[in-house]
Amino acid sequence: MASVVLSEAEKLYIVHGVQEDLRVDGRGCEDYRCAEVETDVVSNTSGSARVKLGETDILVGIKAEMGTPKLEKPDEGYLEFFVDCSSNSPELEGRGGEELGTDIANTLYRVFSCENSVDLKSLCINPKEHCWVLYVDVLLLECGGNIFDAISIAVKAALFNTRIPKVRVLEDEEGTKEIELSDDPYDCIRVNVDEVPCIVTLSKIGYRHVVDATLQEEACSLASLLISVTSKGAITSMKKVGKGSLDPESIFEMMETGQRVGKSLHIALQKILDEEENLGTSRPKVGFLG
Amino acid sequence: MAAVTMRLPAVRAPLDSSAPRGGEKHLVAPGDTITTDTGYMRCGQRRRRGGGGVARLRAVLRWPLSLRRGHGTYVEDEKLIASVAGVVERVNKLVCVRALKARYNGEIGDIVVGRITEVQQKRWKVETNSRLDSVLLLSSINLPGGELRRKSAEDELAMRDYLQEGDLISAEVQSIFADGAVSLHTRSLKYGKLGQGVLVQVSPSLVKRQKTHFHDLPCGASVILGNNGFIWIYPTPEQKDDEAGGYTANLEPVPLSDREVISRLRNCIVALVAHKMMLFDTSILYCYEASLPHQIKDILKPEVTEEIILEARQRLLDLEG
Repeated sequence: MASVVLSEAEKLYIVHGVQEDLRVDGRGCEDYRCAEVETDVVSNTSGSARVKLGETDILVGIKAEMGTPKLEKPDEGYLEFFVDCSSNSPELEGRGGEELGTDIANTLYRVFSCENSVDLKSLCINPKEHCWVLYVDVLLLECGGNIFDAISIAVKAALFNTRIPKVRVLEDEEGTKEIELSDDPYDCIRVNVDEVPCIVTLSKIGYRHVVDATLQEEACSLASLLISVTSKGAITSMKKVGKGSLDPESIFEMMETGQRVGKSLHIALQKILDEEENLGTSRPKVGFLG
Repeated sequence: MAAVTMRLPAVRAPLDSSAPRGGEKHLVAPGDTITTDTGYMRCGQRRRRGGGGVARLRAVLRWPLSLRRGHGTYVEDEKLIASVAGVVERVNKLVCVRALKARYNGEIGDIVVGRITEVQQKRWKVETNSRLDSVLLLSSINLPGGELRRKSAEDELAMRDYLQEGDLISAEVQSIFADGAVSLHTRSLKYGKLGQGVLVQVSPSLVKRQKTHFHDLPCGASVILGNNGFIWIYPTPEQKDDEAGGYTANLEPVPLSDREVISRLRNCIVALVAHKMMLFDTSILYCYEASLPHQIKDILKPEVTEEIILEARQRLLDLEG
């Protein structure tokens, strides 16, 4: 992970600040940086979103392709995640970013492994034969701390934006099935994102924990807890990262904070996505050149 | 009590032509023509017959004789064109373009804030946002206690006790090597290792050159404006005694009131940088005073930033007269 080197005195300053609930940029321990969300930025995808959380910049594109269902779940579609970190810094180019990329992809698989997160049965076209596969590509444009949260927000926004074309299965006289795509480009099915979880990263700094750590704060924290929370506050998965240890008491506290913060995160994200949708075509497209 | 704010991205508004700006500068982008001065003289085409009958042709040179071109320019189709985005500077006949976003180019006498990246034999490598790592020689530092003595072998072995990897120092540029690397020295009690505080990294072109770069702001914190773009904000030390070049760091917790001032200053500097305003003590102070009605964490919201910057800009223009 891209990280900064800090002097001991700087680290001490940050730790003492967190203790007093005043971080370096004036935020409290449970405040997020201002986030910018925009969907439909990449034109040749089924759905896309770009999220800027402070310095962190994430781009997610989702492509819906037809494939065969998995053997153990013949009447469901599935999601495939791929994360690319090569554009972030020279040390992550080529092979260097592979480790980080697979780490993030595995975390996303785990977060979405819960059965109710995405309605996979709606992605089925023909049981055992055809289904929709959603290929989710995550591009890490800039790492400014807290990439997991930003990625999960972007994935949820991109899923909200995804339009999968409606197909009909026609059966021939001989029994061969044909798939017909509807002519109307706006005739499509949407993915229901009500149960899609978002990741909240809680970093332990000193005796307290903070949400949305910057790169400098991540350098001061020895252990972090990644919690994926749905909009109703249910925790779907949990993962501990970092080389330090966590007390079970503090894990309970962090889980409670994660649930609380996760609910606010979902409310804010849903509000902005609805606002964007209501603006419709009158929304000024900013994209990358705004 | 969590505060999560999300917004839709806003198109960056082009700077209003009626907005107050200080001084007219000739800004160019890569590819812009700087001048089409036509003071030409052909340097001529000569044919020389050397021994052996080989004919050599002297290259034809077309050169606008009245101008000499400097960095950031090139000649094409008898026009002088800029190759970087920046400000055109003319000194008599020399025309060059000083880039707006470039790495730090050291000049002798500059104050820099740097971070130690390596500890080598008899010197430290310091990162100062320049093309090459700067060098801090063991003979260029003040030892703890302020003593001036010849550095011995024990000092060489104990280098890491003075400055480790990751430490921040304030230093002055002593000389520049032939390859452009900068050699630093901390041979005064006001330079040395930095203690607790906050570092903000900005582009070097935004730091205004002034007589002094160490400021004790009246709001209750001190700031070092490094010429290399590293700004260091720290709580004003109470006693002004000679802390031996500051090798013994003060590790006591900084009081909350000082922390608020430092966080506010840090956000103000980030706001000034976002609007590409020059950083010097007065602009930072005006921005700080304009931000007092708002909460510290609100300063970075785009609408609040604009309001604060507008007020600060207006005050600066009134100051100029």
